[in-house]
Amino acid sequence: MAQQNKKTLLGMPKDEFIKQVKRQWVLIVWSLFFFAYGILFCYAPLIGWLMGFQQYKPKDGILHSKWIGLAKFQALFSDATYIRVIRNTLAMGVINLVATTIMAILFAILLNEIKGMRKKKVVQTISYLPHFLSWIIVTGILHDALSGAGIVNELLTKFHLVSQPINFFAHEKYFWPIVAFANVWKETGWNAIIYLAAITAIDPALYEAAAIDGAGRWDKIRYVTIPGIKSTIIILLIMNVGNVLNAGFEIQYLLGNGLVQKVSQTIDIYVLKWGISQMDYSLGTAAGIFKSAVSIVLILICNEVAKRHGEERLF
Amino acid sequence: MSNTVNKKRKMSKADIAFYTFNSIFMTVFVIVTLYPVLNTLAISFNDGLDALRGGIYLLPRKFSVKNYITVFKKDDLLVGAYISVARTVVGTALSLIACAILAFIVSRKNFLFAKHLSLFWVVTMYVNGGMIPVFLLYKGLHLTNSFWVYVIPGMVSAFNMLVIRTYMNGIPNSFEESAQLDGAGYTTIFLNIISPLCKPVYATVALFVAVYQWNSWFDVMLYNRMSDKLTTLQYELMKLLASVTSQSTSAQSMKNSTSSITPTSIRAAASIVTMLPIICIYPFLQQYFVSGLTLGGVKE
Repeated sequence: MAQQNKKTLLGMPKDEFIKQVKRQWVLIVWSLFFFAYGILFCYAPLIGWLMGFQQYKPKDGILHSKWIGLAKFQALFSDATYIRVIRNTLAMGVINLVATTIMAILFAILLNEIKGMRKKKVVQTISYLPHFLSWIIVTGILHDALSGAGIVNELLTKFHLVSQPINFFAHEKYFWPIVAFANVWKETGWNAIIYLAAITAIDPALYEAAAIDGAGRWDKIRYVTIPGIKSTIIILLIMNVGNVLNAGFEIQYLLGNGLVQKVSQTIDIYVLKWGISQMDYSLGTAAGIFKSAVSIVLILICNEVAKRHGEERLF
Repeated sequence: MSNTVNKKRKMSKADIAFYTFNSIFMTVFVIVTLYPVLNTLAISFNDGLDALRGGIYLLPRKFSVKNYITVFKKDDLLVGAYISVARTVVGTALSLIACAILAFIVSRKNFLFAKHLSLFWVVTMYVNGGMIPVFLLYKGLHLTNSFWVYVIPGMVSAFNMLVIRTYMNGIPNSFEESAQLDGAGYTTIFLNIISPLCKPVYATVALFVAVYQWNSWFDVMLYNRMSDKLTTLQYELMKLLASVTSQSTSAQSMKNSTSSITPTSIRAAASIVTMLPIICIYPFLQQYFVSGLTLGGVKE
């Protein structure tokens, strides 16, 4: 084609492009607004990453602070506390992800099997409730339930499972399970929404066919329901793996105390402690950069895995 | 129930076991979900000192509304309630408008920069500066110690934009084309054609944002800790929780005091006040958030 050498913008001839710009000026003006807003609030903070490679002093700013290379990162990784908070963040992130996913799937499958629309609706409505409560309220509830005189200890002593009340918040071994339970309690109903939608989308003919083959309830779940929602499960798992490191702040911050801080502190709490409270902005930034880097790598790996398996990709 | 006869005949032993298991599971699930909330409610209506003896389950033992009276007389809680309502209303309105406009722009099929702008925002879902750079940025912009830090920086959410965009993509192009033939500009198309069709998805996103705003406390602690006038209900509740935890060891000294109000009972009352608006609203918006989540889950 002769036109190929002509100047093109966004794949169209220049005059056509100008005509479109004139027609779409309203959209373009708004786009500029959203572009500027995004640059300011989402992309500008990325410039702040430079602080991680500086001995940042507020009075000098990023432009005039001293460059120190990777010294802050070396300091981080020679700090046993930082290694420990990485472990804590990863461990709790993975435990929570596994626990909430399994519970949500189980709940969705069982809810789908409830006979009677009204009963189903009532259970479902109740199941959403905890999602709408803040972590402040949820941790308050946990404190009440798990305290020395709380309902859990009362039940445990009544059924003679323990001889005296357990102080749940004073022992390291209880912390991760408590966090996992809190996440399951809060999000099971909410997370089940998507699985339930996937179950509803399964062709009823498959169940009928299974029934003709003599399948009972268990068999139908095993051979029809679970294979039917498999791709949804995989997609959601992949989407959430990238967020594993982000899942560790509010509850750990609210439930943690001096006695369990070895297992309760996460990367974000570390950043808060060193960056904001101790005003070591450079160290806090460096700790944050490492977290972001790991998250991005995790997302890219998951995206690749999804592609290999022929699943829908994230981007 | 009408076809139980038919079903019963077919039910095997395994099926009966299954339905029994299911009923037990659901019963336990409902109890575990509801009990803590109902227990908090009972404690909030119980005399504070009496509650320290424990043993209150679903009903108050010594009924009293003193906890609520105390809560509504506390100045910082009242300020917190006012700011919480303000940030929820203003924040939800701003965020919904911004996300709707952005979604409208990027869902126009022949818009020159639709793909670029869309990608520009999707990236923000995965990459962000982190706590310290963001903190310094807000400080530099004088957003700290200000109400606006609650509503301006989080105004555009890429996830909510994607939810609305997916919905708008489902609206046939012919609506826009016929309006354009009538001489309507993009502003008219957005306001009079697309937005009325998007009411369900707008409700979904409004709910997401409102819940987020109502439940936020970390931004209060981080950016506005110094200004008492900008505190929120959740943040005040957090302070109450902290005081309860530190004082639980000195419960003995509490028992000797003459006041019948204890931090525990006040916190219970404040928790109920904080939960109440959401608990009253969410059951009626179920269809919206269910469809919204499903839309967000299958983003294209």
